[in-house]
Amino acid sequence: MKLNYLIKKVTNAIITLFFVLIINYFLFRVMPGDPLAMMLRDPKASPESAEKLKQLFGLGEPWYIQFGLYIKQLSQGDLGMSFLFKQPVVEIIAIKIVPTLLLVGVATIVSLIGGIFLGILAAKNRGKKIDVLSLSFSLLSYSMPTFWIGVLLVAFLSVHLTLFPTSGMTTSGMVFASSIDATVDVARHLFLPALSLSLVLLGQYVLIMRNSLMDELTEDYVQTAKAKGFSEKYIIRKHAIPNAMLPMVTVISINLGFMIAGAIEIETVFSWPGIGRLMYEALLNRDYPLLQGIFLIISTCVILANLIADVLYGYLDPRING
Amino acid sequence: MVDPNVLQPKPEIKIMGKKDVHLRKYQQIIAIFKSNKIGMFGVSIFVFFGLVALIGPLIFPYDPLQIGSGDEVLQSPDSTHWLGTDDLGRDVFAALISGSRVSLGIGLLATFITMVIGTLIGISSGYIGGKVDTILMRFTEIFLVLPWLPLMLVLAALLGSSIWNIILVIGFTSWSSTARIVRAQTLSVKERQFIERAKAIGANDFYIMYKHVLPNVFPLIFANTILVSAVAILSETSLSFLGMGDASHPSWGMMLHYAFTSGAASVGAYWFLLPPGLCVVGVVLGFTFLGYAFEELFNPKLRRS
Amino acid sequence: MSLLEVRDLKTYFHAKEGIVKAVDGVTFTLEEGEAIALVGESGCGKTTTALSITKLLPKEGHIAGGDVLFNGVDLAKISHEKMRRTRWNDISIVFQGAMNSLNPVMKVGDQIAEVIMLHKGSNYKEAMQKVKKLFELVEINSERMNQYPHEFSGGMKQRAMIAMALACDPKLIIGDEPTTALDVMVQAQILNLLEKLRKEMNMSMILITHDLSVMGETCDKAAIMYAGKIVELGSVEDILEKHVHPYTEKLVHSYPDIYGNREMISSIPGSPPNLLNPPTGCLFHPRCEFAIDECKLTEPVLREISSNHFVACHVRGGLI
Repeated sequence: MKLNYLIKKVTNAIITLFFVLIINYFLFRVMPGDPLAMMLRDPKASPESAEKLKQLFGLGEPWYIQFGLYIKQLSQGDLGMSFLFKQPVVEIIAIKIVPTLLLVGVATIVSLIGGIFLGILAAKNRGKKIDVLSLSFSLLSYSMPTFWIGVLLVAFLSVHLTLFPTSGMTTSGMVFASSIDATVDVARHLFLPALSLSLVLLGQYVLIMRNSLMDELTEDYVQTAKAKGFSEKYIIRKHAIPNAMLPMVTVISINLGFMIAGAIEIETVFSWPGIGRLMYEALLNRDYPLLQGIFLIISTCVILANLIADVLYGYLDPRING
Repeated sequence: MVDPNVLQPKPEIKIMGKKDVHLRKYQQIIAIFKSNKIGMFGVSIFVFFGLVALIGPLIFPYDPLQIGSGDEVLQSPDSTHWLGTDDLGRDVFAALISGSRVSLGIGLLATFITMVIGTLIGISSGYIGGKVDTILMRFTEIFLVLPWLPLMLVLAALLGSSIWNIILVIGFTSWSSTARIVRAQTLSVKERQFIERAKAIGANDFYIMYKHVLPNVFPLIFANTILVSAVAILSETSLSFLGMGDASHPSWGMMLHYAFTSGAASVGAYWFLLPPGLCVVGVVLGFTFLGYAFEELFNPKLRRS
Repeated sequence: MSLLEVRDLKTYFHAKEGIVKAVDGVTFTLEEGEAIALVGESGCGKTTTALSITKLLPKEGHIAGGDVLFNGVDLAKISHEKMRRTRWNDISIVFQGAMNSLNPVMKVGDQIAEVIMLHKGSNYKEAMQKVKKLFELVEINSERMNQYPHEFSGGMKQRAMIAMALACDPKLIIGDEPTTALDVMVQAQILNLLEKLRKEMNMSMILITHDLSVMGETCDKAAIMYAGKIVELGSVEDILEKHVHPYTEKLVHSYPDIYGNREMISSIPGSPPNLLNPPTGCLFHPRCEFAIDECKLTEPVLREISSNHFVACHVRGGLI
């Protein structure tokens, strides 16, 4: 029965991906300020490279041939050549995506675990100080631009208190005696960026978990569990929380776009060598192939993550079937 | 005991005219609203910043773009420059005041575009249903999946970051969640009896959508608009920070961009770093409170004790 | 010693506008194996009485007075801990509308097994064996033990709830309108099942209902409640055929009689009193056609008018 659901979701994802491909393609070809035309008019471009570009992108051919060429290149794993780095886009992204995954991964785990934990605490102690505090914190952090939190943290903890390094992922020029030392160095650099990124999402998750759990506690089955003689701790743990977690899974996938925006901002603030920062640089330098490639990769990751969240939800909620 | 066989005089029933009904409704709404502390707080913030944006530049006609001399760069606050100066010697306070117009203006105009698109798509999708619904919803879903900041950044890079382009970019990329909400509300309104009656007397679809569905969906749209504005202002701030703002009309986001790129953090120039951010936080908080208050108002199910 | 003795129970609620006396002086006893019906309109205090006995009141409510003696132990005064051990083990309750009384993400069998494991100390395997037997008792296919609530029909869910209520072999089962949300055929099934099981296991039952026919089918005695008080208490025959209180009379006559004449069903004019600001004297007097001056002044108390038949009424209660 659940297979139907799975198939439906995967098909959906594939269709969405296809449309994203189309949008990605046209975005960089059809928009005013056609980047390729700009590329060709670039005085630094030699006639040979212009000719090569023309061939590569099939310029002058009808649009469907150009699009077909694009798809063909994609299937071969070719995302074009970066202006800025003079390297294949795929290679650049492959390197830079690791730090981003590290940052986003850590931030997600921290904000999720923290959010769930605090949310439960707030729901259990409704109306009391801890509840009011977490609510205020949620609202406040949600209203703050992610990058601003980063800048303030840097200004205060890095510059003023010199507790953490101000930028980068590793201390440049240092050679480490052991991999443990190297890891510690990365961790020190990771701390502030991860903290900034997780703060905003933490606030959101606390709010959702709190409200979700509070709603569950008013349900009939909770009264039945009380009537059966179970303690409040047991009821919250074994009955309410499994139900309250379901909306959380939905929220996580909704927040993906937010996570990405945050990653771009934080990587910029902290000069964290990930694809967010890469995007910033590509923007500054109008490196269109790189931009197009990053955009595609990010969109694909979002679609994938959404799919995983859907599948997870289908697994957790027994009411979901074909 | 009342004898059912004897006709009793009917008690006086006051017939209320349309005006009276509306007036009563408004009075009720205002009463509920006043009791909602969060809503009132939101209103006060909204009014405060609205005033700052509208008449601020008139009261404090300092030119935010006036570059100061070399020794005026990054000065801490004093009597001439209430909030100090930025990296080019410009007065931070003046920039803050004029920036309010830009930040709020962009936010609200972009929101207008978003709401128009979202409502059109939402109502059409929900009311017409069938193939139109499927296509529109598929379209909406794609926009929901596309990561908004990269999309905005790319569009801004391609189109150029003038102030109008920014408004268009934000406006045209943020409508998907509104469309979904409006569609859901339309679906529930569609089932109500008066729609069937309107159809029965031969009203055409557009008439029904405009005259019947829209007014019933409107309260929700209104509440949603306020929340969307908050997000739009945050979006503009992010765009500007990352360098895609309009330099000739510096918003709060642009101020933070300059603060960051000039290394205000490493010099400890908090007078430059904090005020624009605090303004953004303030406005977003105010709008969020206001939006939540309206949501609770229009959806009694959400009211919590 | 009776199994259950409720003496002058008072349960009050705190509302913003004041105190609501949801239950105000309720007294009745229940022997082992007996079934009593609590009958009355919505809001008369029947459910609150049940919640008071099991101490499942919401935080706005509290027991303001009286005793609830269960096998001699006053439940109203025992500790939280001890009460939890009494719950389900000795007294179980089936709520109205089983639609949501079961946890949607937990298997039905597991939900029953967990309470057996809690009170009887069994392990999972033993508990599930008991669940199997219980399912057979309530006539549900035991394969459904591993299914989730949404896979059960309405009637099945209610039967599962009954199975769960019986899981720890309680001495008293409380049914709060257990069949109201079901259609008539299923209703009859469930009631017959309850009857059969009760007799087999010699269980006592408190059945809360607003439906007199249900009362007639399954119970030995009945308490007619109005505005938080019992106005008439007696055997089911007494209530149905020898009723005395004006309210009881109206209740009984609001049900059409299949063998009787074709006549207009009388209804009860007016509406139940506002418990925030109740009328003086007898709470029923504004709607009562027999009311005299005394009724507006003093509250009538339950008086025995014949063997085990009590009425609280100035006019009909034997005083005058």
